[in-house]
Amino acid sequence: MKTAAKKENFNYRLWKYDGAPGELIPLLQSAQEHFGYVPRRAITYISGVTNIPESDIYGVITFYSQFRLQPMGKYVVRACAGTACHVSGAKAIINTVEDELGVEVGDTSEDGLFTFLTVACIGCCSLAPVIMVNDETHGRLTPASLRKILKEYRRKGKKNAEGAVGAP
Amino acid sequence: MKKIIVGMGTCGLSAGAQPVYDKLEELAEKHPEACVLDITGCIGMCFREPLVEIQDDTGRTIYGDVSETSAEEIFNEHILGGIKVDNDNVIYGVNKDGSTYGSEVSFLDLQERIVLRNCGIINPESIDDYEEIGGGYKGLKKALTAMTPDEIIQTMKSSGLRGRGGAGFPTGLKWSFAAANKGDTKYVVCNADEGDPGAFMDRSVLEGDPHAVLEGMIICGKAIGASFGYIYCRAEYPLAIERLEKAITAAKAKGYVGENIFNSGFTFNLKVKQGAGAFVCGEETALFASIEGERGMPRIRPPFPAEKGLWQKPTNNNNVETFANVPWIIANGAEAYSSIGTEKSPGTKVFALAGKVAKGGLAEVPMGTTIEQLVFNIGGGIKDNGEFKAVQMGGPSGGCIPADQKTTPVDFESIPATGAIMGSGGMVVMDQGTCMVGIARFFLDFTQSESCGKCTFCRIGTLRMLEILDRITRGEGIPSDIEKLQKLSIQIKEASLCGLGQTAPNPVQTTIRYYLNEYKAHIEDKKCPAGECEALVDFVIIPEKCVGCTLCARNCPVDAIEGKVKEIHIIDQEKCVKCGKCITSCNFSAVVKR
Ligand SMILES: Cc1cc2nc3c(=O)[nH]c(=O)nc-3n(C[C@H](O)[C@H](O)[C@H](O)COP(=O)(O)O)c2cc1C
Ligand code: FES
Repeated sequence: MKTAAKKENFNYRLWKYDGAPGELIPLLQSAQEHFGYVPRRAITYISGVTNIPESDIYGVITFYSQFRLQPMGKYVVRACAGTACHVSGAKAIINTVEDELGVEVGDTSEDGLFTFLTVACIGCCSLAPVIMVNDETHGRLTPASLRKILKEYRRKGKKNAEGAVGAP
Repeated sequence: MKKIIVGMGTCGLSAGAQPVYDKLEELAEKHPEACVLDITGCIGMCFREPLVEIQDDTGRTIYGDVSETSAEEIFNEHILGGIKVDNDNVIYGVNKDGSTYGSEVSFLDLQERIVLRNCGIINPESIDDYEEIGGGYKGLKKALTAMTPDEIIQTMKSSGLRGRGGAGFPTGLKWSFAAANKGDTKYVVCNADEGDPGAFMDRSVLEGDPHAVLEGMIICGKAIGASFGYIYCRAEYPLAIERLEKAITAAKAKGYVGENIFNSGFTFNLKVKQGAGAFVCGEETALFASIEGERGMPRIRPPFPAEKGLWQKPTNNNNVETFANVPWIIANGAEAYSSIGTEKSPGTKVFALAGKVAKGGLAEVPMGTTIEQLVFNIGGGIKDNGEFKAVQMGGPSGGCIPADQKTTPVDFESIPATGAIMGSGGMVVMDQGTCMVGIARFFLDFTQSESCGKCTFCRIGTLRMLEILDRITRGEGIPSDIEKLQKLSIQIKEASLCGLGQTAPNPVQTTIRYYLNEYKAHIEDKKCPAGECEALVDFVIIPEKCVGCTLCARNCPVDAIEGKVKEIHIIDQEKCVKCGKCITSCNFSAVVKR
């Protein structure tokens, strides 16, 4: 997800930390931006710099659904499970993602390409049902159109991976 | 010169506005003398996105459902040829004399826009647009140079504006509390957490007119004597955050944010704080905890935020839409505002129409407009000629209002009388295919997982209710379940610490009140009248739609589907385990639940 923290990288933010209160969540957000998740060592760094006990940091991480303690796939698929999407058939959409990607909500596919999550509303309710793949939103989905979209991402993801190794 | 404007809100972008913009940019670069290209936020007609507007000497023309191909056609014919493309895609037009036409005239013309005054009109990333076209920062100038804090608060009080975050607390009164508390450090907080799933008006305002929110906050700062503000925006709205940051930078450059604004000696600075995905953080005391970097747990009141809020300092928190109203009220006067709407709920309210409504989008109407007017006259009725069953208002804290009460006016008195609440303005329309027990279960599932766990009644009570609703939808309900749900509802409401628990039972109570028959059908007859609860319905293939591709049969894990290539397939109900794989695999929407 695009965040305002992008402009300043994690190390810079830690270095800049001046003891101002309320910086823990932005620091965690920038760690997640930097590593793709919040790794153990980031918690240790943050604790060392801010003097907030690691256990407290862990408490904050687990309270908010944005933070992940495991690496995420290349494509993070977020299916909307909000009210408008619910009445417009979100369940079939969620089932279709699980089926097509072979992962359950919360998991990452074996090839590391996809992580599947649900969110409570993307704010595109009038285009329900909706999914978000990384920063791109796709609306007015049917199981068939969704399969097509996911296949396209898989193709792109695989191609990039091959390209990285075997490009001339 | 002609002007082309592309709607680039999140809704436009997800419907494909970016490639349309790129195409138009490519064409405009080839013909720099013909036109200028610009962007705008969401105008509210999300159901026809992507939208492209053309302004020329005949007036304004809005094209809907624009694709790359039709963008090129519009460019060639309208921009270069000077003739409007004559097809259904012209959804709204305004002639020079102000008269309007087009297929979606009813959607826009029945509205009265104050909060959305600039949305879809100005380029949200241009402060000049906000000032020149939107008349922006005039209210701020007036408040800082010609009014005392008391006068500002008095104006807000007499406007009658009530908080748009859900509870409808009078804004002027709230400001007077924060102003009365002495202290050299105070805060203004804008609640942009928009947690209600199914609501998106705050997103559209932030994306379409971010300066209006900033201006409202600065005016509030002057009124209560605060010099710092926070906007707490949910992380799921990256575009809103980006536009807010840009707006703050632009306002700083113009001297509207920072020191000695308009030479009045008043200083105000602002910061955007990003949420991290917790519904309860929309509750103001939990929101403060989150800004402070803690787990977002609500605090006991009193002390109220006006006395001890963020960092234990006097704080005033308002919703995005509340703040967006403020500059208009200051600039146009309290009376102009209070003359709109009803006596006890003055002004307008933005509603997010979604669900089974034909025209989903944003509609701003005077308070007191009826549900029927919103859903039918503006929203165009129910999708696919469905039957109007209910409208859900207020999200997880709200309730379902049945179709036979569609003449209920929307205001802070009439809606609560139905058992629902005004809430933030999400209006999810349901048709005959929505199971009301399923909806109650859906919301309980939401509140149960979003309960922060601090108080027992909310944490465990909602789980018990969810378990009961779960078994009812599975066809395992027992007759005493309804009574148990009602009892639990009362207990949770009375004993919970914050608004989350205090309102969580609302969706259950309203559905029991209006749809008791549906509960009974699930419990006694083991039937789901709406045909939604999987355990209680049959999966069937519609013969007319089946092309015999065999996909469903190949995907069925228990070999319950029979049929040969190019022949109509049939599901063996004895074998079917109701997993739904056939529905998700069918490319022709031929499998349905009944
Ligand atoms: C569980 C819960 C969630 C809430 N979520 C929001 C929200 O997303 N946005 C909002 O503006 N107010 C929300 N509120 C209401 C706020 O606590 C607060 O009353 C409101 O922001 C005050 O603004 P107003 O006076 O302008 O209405 C929520 C309240 C509760 C109890
Ligand atoms: S409910 Fe799905 S985008 Fe809002």
